[in-house]
Amino acid sequence: MRNLVVRQSGNYKTSYKDDMKLFGTFSDKVKWITLILLLLALPLFVSNYWIGLITLCTISAIGAIGLNILTGFTGQISIGVGSFLGVGGYTTAILTSTYGVSFWVSLPIAGIVTAVVGGLFGIPALRLKGLYLAIATLAAQVIILFVISRWDSVTGGTAGMVLSRPTVGDFMLSTNTSYYYLSIIILLVTVLYAVNLLRTRVGRAFLAVRDRDIAAQIMGINLFYYKVLAFIVSSFFVGIAGALLAHYTMIVSPELYNTQVSIQYLAMVLIGGLGSVFGSVLGAVFITLLPVGLSTIVDFLTVYMPEMYQLLSAFKEFVFGIVIILFLIFEPGGLAHIWMNIKKYFKLWPFSN
Amino acid sequence: MIFFLQMLINGIVVGSIYGLVALGFVLIYRASGALNLANGEFVIFGPYICLMLMTALKVPFLIALFITLLLSAILGLVVERLVVRPLQNAPVISVIMATIGLSSLLAGAVHMIWGHSTKTFPPVFPQTPVNIGGIVVTPVYLWSFIVVVVLLIIFSIFFKYSKIGLAIRAVADDQQAASSMGMSVKFVYAATWTIAAIVAAIGGVLIGNINGINPTMASIGLTVLPVVILGGLDSVLGAIIGGFAIGILQNMAGGYLDPLVGGGLKEVVPFIIVLLVLMLKPHGLFGSRGIERV
Repeated sequence: MRNLVVRQSGNYKTSYKDDMKLFGTFSDKVKWITLILLLLALPLFVSNYWIGLITLCTISAIGAIGLNILTGFTGQISIGVGSFLGVGGYTTAILTSTYGVSFWVSLPIAGIVTAVVGGLFGIPALRLKGLYLAIATLAAQVIILFVISRWDSVTGGTAGMVLSRPTVGDFMLSTNTSYYYLSIIILLVTVLYAVNLLRTRVGRAFLAVRDRDIAAQIMGINLFYYKVLAFIVSSFFVGIAGALLAHYTMIVSPELYNTQVSIQYLAMVLIGGLGSVFGSVLGAVFITLLPVGLSTIVDFLTVYMPEMYQLLSAFKEFVFGIVIILFLIFEPGGLAHIWMNIKKYFKLWPFSN
Repeated sequence: MIFFLQMLINGIVVGSIYGLVALGFVLIYRASGALNLANGEFVIFGPYICLMLMTALKVPFLIALFITLLLSAILGLVVERLVVRPLQNAPVISVIMATIGLSSLLAGAVHMIWGHSTKTFPPVFPQTPVNIGGIVVTPVYLWSFIVVVVLLIIFSIFFKYSKIGLAIRAVADDQQAASSMGMSVKFVYAATWTIAAIVAAIGGVLIGNINGINPTMASIGLTVLPVVILGGLDSVLGAIIGGFAIGILQNMAGGYLDPLVGGGLKEVVPFIIVLLVLMLKPHGLFGSRGIERV
């Protein structure tokens, strides 16, 4: 199996250990290393504008993976991600701007604070299910945002706060490219963590809770512990994403974290594919680039219909809705599933049907 | 004291509209087990149509209302057919997300057609305030309260005695059993979405008459969620009592506590109440518990 061109055309795993391997074959390893090298070399090939967009994608992907750990792995619906992003962003804003703490210290603290807040709002999950839990997380969203916008002395109220880019020694990560490297490295670590999480006892417990929580409890899984743990782990990554986003845009204010943001993240996870780490990344890229693509289309259309420009935001909303509905109806497995199908096709080529 | 009573009356009026909108949630939840997060957009769709008919085409209010309800019913039917039915066997999260997508789609459509500005209704109800024992009430408030109460009574009777009402309850109780007894689940779904859309439109027209309409009014879809959760997602009675409770508490909090924290409590209080209620009673005040088997 050392041949790069020859690919496995079926499932040849003979032991559980084989099945759990991170990189199944040698070509898998080569593929991933090539992908990582490509990602690292990306700034050489694309323009500054695109690097900025891709940075946004990577930051969203970190948050989406966080949400996927909660919603996709553990089956707990959350409509409160927006506010958790806000908690992460505001924590780092307060620490770095008000108290002058270094970014490298405040980043993990932002994650931990968000994890604690997420864990607190996760406690009702023990008794709540499905829709009731969704509403409880929506309540978390509204309450957290209310606290943020009213706690003027600490958070600056509705005006928000201004942040600066992180520094390494004397070097400031002020360019898009340098910030891209920071976020892509954190994304790679997050992906590795999430993929590995699925291979552990905790990850399997999450899946069991998702599939049938009462059966899982009978099998000896402590529901309270694992549900709250899922909220904590998920919120940690969302908090990190929030902090990264805050330092990238260099501003935090309550309206950046409203329910709309929560819905966008939920859409990333769903369109990407529930329970798929790779899918979350695809979903994040898709949802982040969708408005950009639409703007381009609208720009093109304004040549023929000048009034189109005023309708841009409404048009974006409209298309966003349609895309979500179409995905849910025609490809519930999300982008990850489409990718799998493509892979399957080439695996069996030329005998695929 | 007068201030207290005024707050109470305001609370009851707002609460009655909450109850009406909440009824739409409950209907859909009972029949299909889904939460319609696009309900807020259903609510604003109605008054926009009604207003357009009244101002642009000079149609009298009652006829405009009738056409509005008809169009809302069609909207409900179309949504059921195109979005809900394909997802009939999908997991809950897909259905929730589909209604979120639907709300985004409808909101976008409303923005594109009617723009962002606030539009006021031409006066439909008499303008002179009514004085009830020292408390001043605008006739619009009184009328909406009456309309809501009448509708709620009609719905209780509808669910108890009419054939369709019974079928909806049967399907809600056990879809498979109901369909094996010869009830058309598809028809029941279509009926509930139609009724829910009509109820939402009535609620919307009432609110439009009180405050005027603008796209942000769709947020009532979210404001009403605490109401349904408080009452229990599957209880019609719960929706009504929850509506009054949230309406009154919200106005009380707004009246007495807002000066202390600097405003904005009205939107948050319902959610704080909901979080507290859910900690103690996970299925709301009147929701059914449901036994889970593995």
